[in-house]
Amino acid sequence: MTPLLEIDRLTTRYVSARGARVVEAVSDISFRLEAGETLGIVGESGSGKTTLALSIMRLLPPGARIAAGAVRFEGEDLLAKSDGEMRRLRGKRIAMILQDPMASLNPLFTVGDQVGESLRVHEGASRRTAWTRARELLTAVKIPAPEARVREYPHQLSGGMRQRIVGAIAISCEPRLLIADEPTTSLDVTIQAQYLNLLRDLQREHGLALIFITHNLGIVARMCDRVAVMYAGRLVEIGPVRRIFDAPAHPYTRALLESIPRLADARARLTAIDGQPPDLAALPVGCAFHPRCPKVEDRCRREVPTDIAVAEDHRARCWLAAR
Amino acid sequence: MSTPMSPSASPSRAASLTLAWRFAAFHAEGFPVLPTLILLVLVLTAVFANVIAPSDPEIGTLGERFRPPAWQVGGSEKYLLGTDHLGRDVLSRLIFGARVSMVVGLTAVLFAGAVGTALGILSGFLGGWVDQVIMRVTDTWLALPALTFAIFLAAVVGPSEMNIVIILGAVYWTRYARVIRGEVLSLRERDFVRLAIVAGCSKWTIMRRHILPNVLNSAIVLGTLMLGVVIVTEAALSFLGVGVPPPKPAWGLMLADGKKGLMAGYWWLTVLPGSCIMLMVLSANLLGDWLRVKLDPQLRQL
Repeated sequence: MTPLLEIDRLTTRYVSARGARVVEAVSDISFRLEAGETLGIVGESGSGKTTLALSIMRLLPPGARIAAGAVRFEGEDLLAKSDGEMRRLRGKRIAMILQDPMASLNPLFTVGDQVGESLRVHEGASRRTAWTRARELLTAVKIPAPEARVREYPHQLSGGMRQRIVGAIAISCEPRLLIADEPTTSLDVTIQAQYLNLLRDLQREHGLALIFITHNLGIVARMCDRVAVMYAGRLVEIGPVRRIFDAPAHPYTRALLESIPRLADARARLTAIDGQPPDLAALPVGCAFHPRCPKVEDRCRREVPTDIAVAEDHRARCWLAAR
Repeated sequence: MSTPMSPSASPSRAASLTLAWRFAAFHAEGFPVLPTLILLVLVLTAVFANVIAPSDPEIGTLGERFRPPAWQVGGSEKYLLGTDHLGRDVLSRLIFGARVSMVVGLTAVLFAGAVGTALGILSGFLGGWVDQVIMRVTDTWLALPALTFAIFLAAVVGPSEMNIVIILGAVYWTRYARVIRGEVLSLRERDFVRLAIVAGCSKWTIMRRHILPNVLNSAIVLGTLMLGVVIVTEAALSFLGVGVPPPKPAWGLMLADGKKGLMAGYWWLTVLPGSCIMLMVLSANLLGDWLRVKLDPQLRQL
């Protein structure tokens, strides 16, 4: 069976104006996503998470180019599609929730108009049908009194409600895949929890596949079936959440997990990863993580690790994982 | 709130005009009541010119030339504000002149606004070479002195009301293009525009549904401020004889005709149309200033 989404050795580069600096923000990344599955993508700022998402949507900023690889969605090659075909796909079959959903609503339009916009753009629905659907969608995202809310403007709603409305917009055309790029970083913790529950409910009810980009490992543990860890543009480890949390194969993943603050042991010092994330334009030779790696070996300084299968459905890019 | 900017904002006047205040449903501080009333009166005068005016503005009685206003020696009840060098009633000409100024002013502002806003949105949103071309043209345009440019165009296409509108639009669209482009550049980075892109809206849909409504505020404020500029330019063109062709009663034209009589003591031929221009431009500017402060979140200190 073909997977819903298949990323095959995808490489995306940012090139400066005269080609003086080339930054490989996404480097040789491969993974698959099945229908209805949730994949968490974690990594530090600048590790290429957002660029990966934008590459899938083909919404890269000017200066960024997909240099190699393939993105197949429901068996179709997205990189071969025309701009118009891509536009018809976005919002309809692949939806995306942006980093700050609070600011994602146009202050001048009613909630009904905005929730219905995708339907009007993609399905040619009339304003009336779009509004009727908008009401149903607001019910689906558990907004009380949807008849009244569709007529209101974004400033009349609370932050949590605006969140939900952005969720309603994302699912309005019943997409197969939803990419959420740090959708909760701008929220306070209580609303975060509510929103995550909502996303999970929507996912179950609509059979959505979800790519969840975050740097919060707690959210990954709660939300995701599988997790992919990115470092300096590379996918360093991918596998089922349980396995990765219990037995991480890559020293970077282990370091990330150790740097989660724990309440149970108040005396334990919070560990941090030594050193700085590398400059993507001047990556160290060999494994990009080797200058910060506690278990560095000679081979790591010379050769870039290949993708190594640690167990079934668990891969890591680390020479140590081979043993 | 910001500090009141218009002269009509003193507390005592505010108190005495409470009723008008409520009626207009403007609770904001500093609303320019007097300028708005003046503009309202001028608009009504323009609309109902043929009902209000006591006589025909274009046909005079040569026997009644240079009559002073009614309250001066030699004035008559028939000509409340006197007559000009062709014996035409000055009051009627001023009333119909309001119509010319309003029609020319408003249509020119709308024309310049439509062209400038459209180009500003295209330039700001599409960026790249479209932006480069539009902005370089705008720069070149702005480098030309407006009035000289207008006179040149008027001399080329010849005087008529329609031509004046086109000329003023052609001269002043650049101001809109500049301001609107700046707004669009910041709007383009707002998340709701990104959401629209992610939701699969086309560029045209985004410009029409998300960008345009958000720049209308600025366009309206700019329009109110431009109204004064446009009316003065129209008057100047008419004064120089390349504007509204005689015998149409335009205020600038009346000023030009009246200046010959100034030394002879026929003050009403220049002072009256001059005052009308001043009142209209001042009112439009004060209203525009207030709108600018009111609608600008930074000046509103939000």
